Amino acid sequence: MNVIEASGLGKRYGSTWALCECALAIPAGHVAALVGPNGAGKTTLLNLAVGLAEPTAGGVTVLGGRPAGSPAALDGIAFVAQDTPLYLNLPAADMLHLTRNLNRRFDQAYAEARLAELGIPLKRRAGRLSGGQQAQLALTLALARRPRLLILDEPVAMLDPVARHDFMATVLTAAADDGVSVVLSSHVLAELERVADYLILLSRGRVQVAGDVEDLLATHRLLTGPAAEASGYTERPVVHARRAGAQAHLLVRATAEDPVPPRWEAHPVGLEELAMAYLREPGAAALPGPVRGRALPLETGHPTEETK
Amino acid sequence: MTALTMPARPGHDARLRPVPWRRMAWVTWRQHRATLGAVAGFLGACAVYLWLTGLQIHHAYAADCHPASSIACTINFTGRYATTANVVSSFLQAVPALIGAFLGAPVLAREMETGTFRYAWTQGFGRWRWTLAKLVLLAIAVTAAAGAFSVLFSWYNQPFFAAGYAVPFDTRLFGLRVVAFAAWTLAAFAIGVLAGMLIRRVVPAIAATLAVYAGLAFAAALWLREHYMTPLTTSSPSLPGSAWIISQWYTKGGKFAFPDRGTQILNALSRLCPSSNGPPAQCLSQHGYTEWTSYQPGSRFWPFQWIEGGWLLALSVLLIAATIWLVRRRAA
Repeated sequence: MNVIEASGLGKRYGSTWALCECALAIPAGHVAALVGPNGAGKTTLLNLAVGLAEPTAGGVTVLGGRPAGSPAALDGIAFVAQDTPLYLNLPAADMLHLTRNLNRRFDQAYAEARLAELGIPLKRRAGRLSGGQQAQLALTLALARRPRLLILDEPVAMLDPVARHDFMATVLTAAADDGVSVVLSSHVLAELERVADYLILLSRGRVQVAGDVEDLLATHRLLTGPAAEASGYTERPVVHARRAGAQAHLLVRATAEDPVPPRWEAHPVGLEELAMAYLREPGAAALPGPVRGRALPLETGHPTEETK
Repeated sequence: MTALTMPARPGHDARLRPVPWRRMAWVTWRQHRATLGAVAGFLGACAVYLWLTGLQIHHAYAADCHPASSIACTINFTGRYATTANVVSSFLQAVPALIGAFLGAPVLAREMETGTFRYAWTQGFGRWRWTLAKLVLLAIAVTAAAGAFSVLFSWYNQPFFAAGYAVPFDTRLFGLRVVAFAAWTLAAFAIGVLAGMLIRRVVPAIAATLAVYAGLAFAAALWLREHYMTPLTTSSPSLPGSAWIISQWYTKGGKFAFPDRGTQILNALSRLCPSSNGPPAQCLSQHGYTEWTSYQPGSRFWPFQWIEGGWLLALSVLLIAATIWLVRRRAA
């Protein structure tokens, strides 16, 4: 089952396309990170997936074919929007009660236990909680709905490192213990490696990279060698080339089995490094073939063949 | 990693029972109880004042106004209380507008302004159901409160009608009577919620609500109301005091001569009756002119109340439907 599936998806605001020709299939059971620079269309894609926005072109379904925004879709999805909006005049207890009234399922015991664990007093108004506590309260409300898919839009952008760590720990626990699929957007790359096992890289309204993190890491290598020979390397597609003095670092689409030219060294690549390389080269793309439940080897593509 | 593609089960989803409507009662109450409390407090304070002064007015009327034309009635009743009643009725004109602006406009504008619509509209209840339930509950609450309040106001004002001081179609009083007042309050609320959804910011939405409501109320009182039913026409000089005179004009020999206002009648008067001190109609009739009057009789008060209530109700339903339509299709 795909938790989010989009084809030909486009959203236009005025004359600008925030999202264009987006084809995507995020399989269930992952913590999927939606990464991209500001204005890449991350929030737009998530808003379309939860039904807050209507697509201009194409369509998006969630949880195995339910139309985004339909009652059946909303029932299974919990969404924590950017800046974790809460009714700031309501006490935490009333936010729980509100959410319980607005949903078919609500695990009151879980929610109360979690708030107690976090030291968030039930009687305190949401507006008087710290930023980290507000985020945790919003996340608790979402998880207490017992969703099958949790969607988080820039959940940790405004949080300090400790709050950020605690927040992500809660998300990962839910994913591991309860099998909740998670899709989260972020422009903070640093923590992705620890958190995400599926990566979607969005750039200028288009999907640039999508795939299982393990597969992505297995199919990319960092080659280091003499700068003078860098332009001569054509065996495998180069995503991004970087020079440092006499040395050149090439991030290439290659597996551990691919041959390495003489005088060059191949290193495995980290997720942050990989994401950064693609973000610097908006023309490059690594997209999976048709998803048939099982992750397939990535197709290859040249950095120059994509439109900008 | 081996998530097999499972066939979607539309049958299961179709049987998904929606969250019951009644759950919105608590949600609406919890979110709006402060504003509802303020409205109730404000109307309650006004009601206490109306009741206390109303008792005095009723006592004064009962004591001195038999008959109503007596001097005692003029001095002790109308002389003492008419000014107060006028001030009160002027002040109450603003009540529906205030309810629409401060209760209606923020309902959606605040959600949009603070971003909480992203929370509310992604819950299992569903966003158009959320909007419909909330607006209907609040609309019923304000309409009922306004209806009850205007019953009290009608009682307060009743001696002035009995004494012949106030007339049914008095522009200021008509909108404060039972049906019209409740309907105007409902319309103000509906204008407020639509303005809030369109403007998406609380303060500008409040300002827009006040402006639109004032425009509509003036238009209704000045131009619309007199056309609810075809006016009656008479050439009889004595009209009942309760009649609402729409226009007057003169005819001569069965043909229209001039209207009962403007320069034409002044010209005619200075030409035909240069030295007359009596009423112009008397002098002009001596020269063969007949004065005609078109008017709405006082007996049409209740039909007019229902007509006004009816179109305001239809307008409110339309505005609320438009709001829900906007909520369904536009967001983020």
